[in-house]
Amino acid sequence: MTPHRPARLSLRVLAIAYVTILLLAPLFVVFWRTFEHGFGDAFDWMTTPAAVSALWLTLIIAVIAVPCNTVFGIACALITTRGRGRLGRWLDAILDLPFIVSPVVIGLALLLVYGQSGWLAPLFADRGIKIIYAVPGMVLATIFVSLPFVAREVTPVLREVGNDQEQAAATLGASSWQTFWRITLPSIRWGVAYGVVLSTARALGEIGAVLVVSSNVAGQTLTLPLLVYQRNEQVGTQESQLLTSVYAAATELAVISLVVLAVMMAFGSRRSSRK
Amino acid sequence: MRGPAGRPARKVVKAVGGGDNPLTLGLVVLYLSLIVLIPLAAVAVKGVSSGLGTFWSSVTNTLSLRALGVTLVMSLIVAAIGAVMGTLVAWVLVRDRFPGQRLLGTLIDLPFALPSIVAGLTLIALYGPDSPVGINIAYTRGSTLLALLFVALPFGVRSVQPVLMELDLEAEEAAASLGAGSTTIFRRIILPALTPAIISGAALAFARSVGEFGALALIAGKVPIASIVIYDDIEGGDTQSAAALSLVLMIISLIMLVAIRRTGGRVAR
Repeated sequence: MTPHRPARLSLRVLAIAYVTILLLAPLFVVFWRTFEHGFGDAFDWMTTPAAVSALWLTLIIAVIAVPCNTVFGIACALITTRGRGRLGRWLDAILDLPFIVSPVVIGLALLLVYGQSGWLAPLFADRGIKIIYAVPGMVLATIFVSLPFVAREVTPVLREVGNDQEQAAATLGASSWQTFWRITLPSIRWGVAYGVVLSTARALGEIGAVLVVSSNVAGQTLTLPLLVYQRNEQVGTQESQLLTSVYAAATELAVISLVVLAVMMAFGSRRSSRK
Repeated sequence: MRGPAGRPARKVVKAVGGGDNPLTLGLVVLYLSLIVLIPLAAVAVKGVSSGLGTFWSSVTNTLSLRALGVTLVMSLIVAAIGAVMGTLVAWVLVRDRFPGQRLLGTLIDLPFALPSIVAGLTLIALYGPDSPVGINIAYTRGSTLLALLFVALPFGVRSVQPVLMELDLEAEEAAASLGAGSTTIFRRIILPALTPAIISGAALAFARSVGEFGALALIAGKVPIASIVIYDDIEGGDTQSAAALSLVLMIISLIMLVAIRRTGGRVAR
C-alpha cells in the first residue's frame, strides 16, 4: 500500500525532521562549537597531556575488554548452539543483563565485590591489589557493559551454518582445535567482526559504570567520556571559550563513533549478504 | 544412525564444536560469575542487608520516591513516543524511496555508536544555555525527555523495520482492490501485524530509559532521576541506599526483560 503523494511526502518530512531535531542538529552544533574559535584552539586542547592520556586510556581499556568478550562470546555461541541441556537458554537470558541493568548499578555491583570492604576484598583489596578506583576496575566495568555483543551476533550465524562441515572434518580425523580453527571460525567471521565493532563502540563510550569505579584522576584514571563529564562539571555550560575543551573531547568521541558507524554499515551489509 | 567405522554418529557430534567441552563451559560460567552474576548478587544482598525495614525506608524516602516516579513516568512517555515515531521512521525507511534514505537508515544507529554522555552534551549544546538558536530547556523535564528519546530512538525503529520488510503485500492489495482506503488498510491490516514488534520496541525503550545515566548526567540538573540519585548515594558513601534503590531498578528491569522475551522480542539489535 502506498499512500497518496502528499501523505507520503508529509510522512517523509516528519521522519527526517524528527531525526534532524533529535540527532543531527545537536551533533552539528557540537562540531561547530568545537571549531568555532578556529581549528587551532581545538587541536591545542586535543594535544594537552590530559586529553592525550584520556584518549589512550579509553583505547587501551577497549583493547583489553573487547578481545576478552570476543573469546567469551564465541565460546557462549558454541555452548548455546552446539551444546545440549538448558544451559544455552540460561546463557541467552543472562546475556541480556548488561543491556537491562543501569550502568551505575553495574559500577556499584563491582564496587561491592572488588572494593575495599567487598566480597572478594581478602583476595584483592586487602592484599594491596587495587581494582576499584584503578584501571583494572574500569576494565571490568567495560567488560560487563560490552559483554553480550559478540555472543549475540555469532549465535544466529553459528546456528544457521550448522555443523555438517565440522562433522565431516571430525570423521576425517581432525582434532577439535583444528576443526574449530579452520572450519568453525572462518564460517562465523562476519558475525564476529560485526560483534567486535558493536562491542568496541560500547566499550569506548561507557560512562556510568566507569565513573563509579574510577578515581577520576587526570592522566591516570580518566577516560575520554569521563573527561567530558569532569570538565563539564568544572566548567559548566556558560562560558564559550572554556567550553572548547568539553566540546573538543566530545568531538573526538563523536568522530570515533561516526567511523564505527561507517564500519557497522560496511560490515552490516556483508553480514546480511552472507546469510 | 551409524557413521563410518560403525561408530554411532551421535558420538561424533559430541566430540565436535566445543559445545559440550567442560573446560569451555567452566570458563564461561566462571567469567560470567566473576563479572556479572556475583556483583549483581552483591547489590541485591547489600540492598536488604540492613534489614527489610531499612530497605523500605531507603526506597520510600522523598527523594527516592520522586526519582523513581519521575524516571518511570518519563520512561513510559519515551516508550510511547518512541513507538509512534519509531514506526513512522521505519515506515519511511521501508515503504518510501528518496535520495539519502540509506544514510538516514544508518544514522538511526547513531545512538548505539555514540557515547551517551556525548549525546547529552549535543542536546545541551543546542537546547541549553549556550544555544545558538536561543532555545534553553536545559535542566528541565523537557530536556530529560529529549535525551531519553535520543537514546531510545533505535529501539523503536529497529524492532518494527524488519517486520515491516517481511510483510506480505497480498493482504493489502486485496483490501485495496475491495475499495479500502489507505487509512483503513493501515489500521486493520498493517497495524495488527506490527503490534507485537511495536510493543517489543516500546518495552526495550522503557527498559533502557529507566536505567539511563550518561545522557542525563549533564542535562538533568535538579530533575530527580533514579540513576543519578543512585550515583549521588554512591559518591556520598551511602552504598546501602544506593543498593536499595538499585535493587528496585533491577527488579523493574527484570520484569521488563521477561515481558520482552515473552512477546518474542530480542534485547539486542
